[in-house]
Amino acid sequence: MIAAHLPVLQIVVPLIAAPICLLLRRGSLAWGLSLAVSLAVLVIAANLLTQVLESGPISYQLGGWAPPWGIEYRIDVLNSFVLLIVAAIGAVVLAYARRSVAQELPESQQSGFYTALLLCLAGLLGVTVTGDAFNLFVFLEISSLSSYVLISMGRDRRALTAAFQYLVMGTIGATFIVIGIGLLYMATGTLNMADLGARLPAAGASRTVLAAFAFLTVGATLKLALFPLHFWLPNAYAYAPSAVTAFLAATATKVSIYILLRFFYTIFGPAFAAADITLQSLLIPLATVAVLVCSTVAIFQNNVKRMLAYSSIAQIGYMMIGIGFGTATGLTAGIVHLFNHALTKGGLFLVLGCVVLRAGSCRLDDLAGLGRRMPLTMFGFVLGGLSLIGVPLTAGFVSKWYLVQAAIEQGNWLVAAAILAGSLLALIYVWRVVEAAYLRPAPENAPEAAEAPWSMLIPAWILIGASVYFGVETSLSVGVASEAARFLLGGAG
Amino acid sequence: MSMLHRHFILRITTKLLMPFILMFALYVQFHGDFGPGGGFQAGVIFGAGFILYALIYGIDAAEKVTPPGLIRAVMALGLLLYVGVGYFGMFLGGAFLDYNVLRHDPVHGQHLGITLVELGVGTTVAATMITVFFSFAGRMRRGKRPE
Amino acid sequence: MADFPGLFNYWIVIVLMMTGFYVVIARGNLVKKIVGLNIFQTSVFILYISMGKVDGGTAPIIVEGTVGAGVTYSNPLPHVLILTAIVVGIATTALGLALIVRIKEAYGTIEEDEIFAKDEPE
Repeated sequence: MIAAHLPVLQIVVPLIAAPICLLLRRGSLAWGLSLAVSLAVLVIAANLLTQVLESGPISYQLGGWAPPWGIEYRIDVLNSFVLLIVAAIGAVVLAYARRSVAQELPESQQSGFYTALLLCLAGLLGVTVTGDAFNLFVFLEISSLSSYVLISMGRDRRALTAAFQYLVMGTIGATFIVIGIGLLYMATGTLNMADLGARLPAAGASRTVLAAFAFLTVGATLKLALFPLHFWLPNAYAYAPSAVTAFLAATATKVSIYILLRFFYTIFGPAFAAADITLQSLLIPLATVAVLVCSTVAIFQNNVKRMLAYSSIAQIGYMMIGIGFGTATGLTAGIVHLFNHALTKGGLFLVLGCVVLRAGSCRLDDLAGLGRRMPLTMFGFVLGGLSLIGVPLTAGFVSKWYLVQAAIEQGNWLVAAAILAGSLLALIYVWRVVEAAYLRPAPENAPEAAEAPWSMLIPAWILIGASVYFGVETSLSVGVASEAARFLLGGAG
Repeated sequence: MSMLHRHFILRITTKLLMPFILMFALYVQFHGDFGPGGGFQAGVIFGAGFILYALIYGIDAAEKVTPPGLIRAVMALGLLLYVGVGYFGMFLGGAFLDYNVLRHDPVHGQHLGITLVELGVGTTVAATMITVFFSFAGRMRRGKRPE
Repeated sequence: MADFPGLFNYWIVIVLMMTGFYVVIARGNLVKKIVGLNIFQTSVFILYISMGKVDGGTAPIIVEGTVGAGVTYSNPLPHVLILTAIVVGIATTALGLALIVRIKEAYGTIEEDEIFAKDEPE
């Protein structure tokens, strides 16, 4: 009986746990509940993915109302893959969170923190699972509002301004998405995404539809921090609590990319997205510039969290290049990179959280000599960094390999060169950290730093290990991603 | 405190109006399945009643009526009621939030389902409104008054 | 250009939208930014609400005697949708204002340029 309800349980399990968390005033109790919930969510997501791979898309009618009138949860290869990413990162981050949160937040805020984290998780999963355009906006706002709260809980006062800036930008982005959905509703009279996809060709490329397309694209790119709409991201990631940074970096922008894919391919259809030549000529240059500029900016950062935040924007650029090509190889590359980067960046931010716990900050100067004092932590950073650069036998290599292939298929040598240049730039900024940690002596008055506790090291190493594992064994990541790309290009069905 | 003793008319009027405001909120709440109304509106009106009380009689007096801890619990309970109805429908063999299965007859089931869900919405919205007001107004009182 | 104003609700929406957007971008005062954001969102509410109006339509409530009598109803769905969006808007406003209160306590000002100036020396 439960098997039939998995699509909705995916959302409502964290949703019902969130208010209970609020009622449990003790931080440790709230943490235990959240961890249990996130593990349940992970099991559900893994189950859904296997179900979808075996027997095709699943549809769930909320409240028993048949689509297109009722809200439909529709799970296909693409979103079950994204669900798995989000759920896995959620479980790992929650396992990690207890020590890190206990140090960074006062006891009185902790149950609120876990409530917000669960709501954010529920929102992100909801965005992914839903087949209804307006429902997508509601879940998007649930996840966004809770992520503003989570970011503002950072210790530095700049966390507040960062959260505020993100709130303003995020709300504008979400409002743009609502406008786009409203215009689509005007043109077709439906909100169900599959139904929209079926009806839009009949509505033709009227001005309403084109305006909707523009609003949705801009709204989603604001949310996923595509250059030049990325200004909210570096501060938000740099000043949020460590666990939050890892969680958001690995999930929030990825889900936004999923939204964009959904808009482009399910609602407007591959024909519309491909025919709109301005889109390709707009997305690819912006994404390429994102890769080059943000990788360069990352080199000059002194705060390692901020450095990785800029690197995230660059990596989002890679994904957008793949999506911008709109070919099977390009989409596969984009989706694989979405998966690989979630693992790599999540792992790196978790490792940084260990550094913050022991060294007290993540400024480059405070990392001096940490290689000897925290060998496991810093070795994790090195491996993650190699994956970020795209060294063979790491996950980052796989996705960049496909990306370069996609670029060469298109005869777009300039973009292929930019991808390689981006990797070289990544080498420089990762090297700066490695150099500080291993080659510089620790300062005289450095705080006594021991290895991070196991409860934090193990989750961090799970993600780092996964980012190496998926560099060797690619049948899951590339297999599912190419399946998803084929599905997207094969029509909305 | 001085303000409280001066504004005699305001205080009496508030006292007289309070039952009507709350009653109107309940009317909007329970009339929601026959005409315009529902949990959101009712919750806001209900919350507004308490906010008016707090404005006239002061936060301290209002917090005696609605202790912050209690309001926080009510806020969570309303949401739990909503999700709980959803789970119950699922437990009875329907989809999540399927009201048809709540009673033998789908019409009665729909009726019961929407009433309970809107009740959950109403309590949460009212509690949230009161919390939002108290957390802004209460902050000044705790001596963190901006210069 | 006989019917110049055309569907005048769109003009209202666009004017409000641009006003709000301009305030968000141009004002340095954080409270004013939130006000601008509210105007911006309100314009979308109006877009949706006016979208639901059907010419000659009445409130979509079934009263005895009107069932099947060829009564035209307005479309209630956009209103229901936007009720949700309004609630989201309230939550955003409350959260934004709460952040402003905290920012004021931490920095002593809510002017954007002064806040940036205070964070400058790192």
